[in-house]
Amino acid sequence: MIALLKRDLALAIRAGGGFGLSLAFFLIFTTLVPFGVGPATGILGTISPGILWLGALLACLLSLDRIFQLDWEDGTLDLVATSPVPMEGLAAMKALTHWITTGLPLVAVAPALGMLLNLPGPAYPWLIASLALGTPALSAIGTFGAALTVGIKRGGLLLSLLVLPLYVPTLIFGALAVSRGAEGLDATTPLALLAGITLGTLAVLPFAAAAALRVNLR
Amino acid sequence: MPKTATMSSLWEYANPRKFMATSAWLLPWVTAITVICLVVGLVWGFFFTPNDFRQGSTVKIIYVHVPAAIMAINAWLMMLVTSLIWVIRRHHVSALAAKAAAPVGMIFTLIALFTGAVWGQPMWGTWWEWDPRLTSFLILFLFYLGYMALWEAVENPDSAADLTSVLCLVGSVFAIISRYALLFWNQGLHQGATLSLDAEENIADVFWYPLVISLAGFGFLFLTLVLYRTRTEIRARRLKALIAQERMAA
Repeated sequence: MIALLKRDLALAIRAGGGFGLSLAFFLIFTTLVPFGVGPATGILGTISPGILWLGALLACLLSLDRIFQLDWEDGTLDLVATSPVPMEGLAAMKALTHWITTGLPLVAVAPALGMLLNLPGPAYPWLIASLALGTPALSAIGTFGAALTVGIKRGGLLLSLLVLPLYVPTLIFGALAVSRGAEGLDATTPLALLAGITLGTLAVLPFAAAAALRVNLR
Repeated sequence: MPKTATMSSLWEYANPRKFMATSAWLLPWVTAITVICLVVGLVWGFFFTPNDFRQGSTVKIIYVHVPAAIMAINAWLMMLVTSLIWVIRRHHVSALAAKAAAPVGMIFTLIALFTGAVWGQPMWGTWWEWDPRLTSFLILFLFYLGYMALWEAVENPDSAADLTSVLCLVGSVFAIISRYALLFWNQGLHQGATLSLDAEENIADVFWYPLVISLAGFGFLFLTLVLYRTRTEIRARRLKALIAQERMAA
């Protein structure tokens, strides 16, 4: 399983497009928002928690269909299925790779983009904490969606339709934690609920993803 | 119904032939009950109940709105149960019934959203409000859309049944989490439940009887449509098998 993780990480780094693209998307998304709503810093400051969370969510979504697609096309997935590694382990490792290549960089650059959007000062710790706690859930849910649609040609649009409704609770608690932080309030309650969702998805969804993969490989 | 002493289990209907025979016998009856209940409930509700002293005649939309909303949720629950039966016991009729129920449930969700908007415009002064109840219905609608899209997208019928079942199970959990997350997110404008078994005070009797009748009408409407659609799916499946057989023979 560690070997799988190393292989996927190496592929993501060397084949290009893994790390950079979703970060670039996140940057472009936050740059476009002021064009849409106007440059008034007051408005931008109020909506920035939601915008940053939405941007991170969409950046995660964009890279989901790569999770299994390439391995499915060149037959790696079949090989792993016949190896002693359990499918659940594969799904968990894929989610971890996706998080390391997408979620973790997003957490790192989010404060800088928060600066661009005039995010109020007290919100920064909450922004980092909520993204760090919430993006693993996005990756785990996304891996499940990718496993469902792996056998479908051009399944990208369907994947978003399936995954986005599942992102609702994560988005609500994540954005709520940041906006409460921005108002100077204590945001531990939404943060704790967010952590609960993350732990729950990490515990359960690899099994669901593995079930979907087995069906698709049949 | 040809009831015999040997027929003792619900699982007999997992046999498509048995299901087809029984549902053919049952359909005219449930169709008739649906029509009677809907006509009686809606006509009674619309024309023979007094107006509410504050809401005027707009209150009468309750006879469509509440039953549609209740059935929209129950349709998903039924899909959850049939999906579980498919996953555990692999009865094809069960999977096809889940497939058949999804568009019906989606339309009920749409009816509830639409009638709610029509009622909300004069009463709340807005077509739409990001209230937890309204929002969770919108999310339920999206779940139905995704579920149906997945059925359409997967070519192999057995894989499609498996994948949609997994989606239905996971989606149910997330739908419930979303419901409570939304309560956390925004305070509601929507009134509390009109009908509940444990409440001290429910809706007044003049409104209660027609409401219960139209509720039964919507329930039987759901049953009728799902039976029809399941029969259609079974026939389509048989047709496909026949075509495949002929091609093999040729």
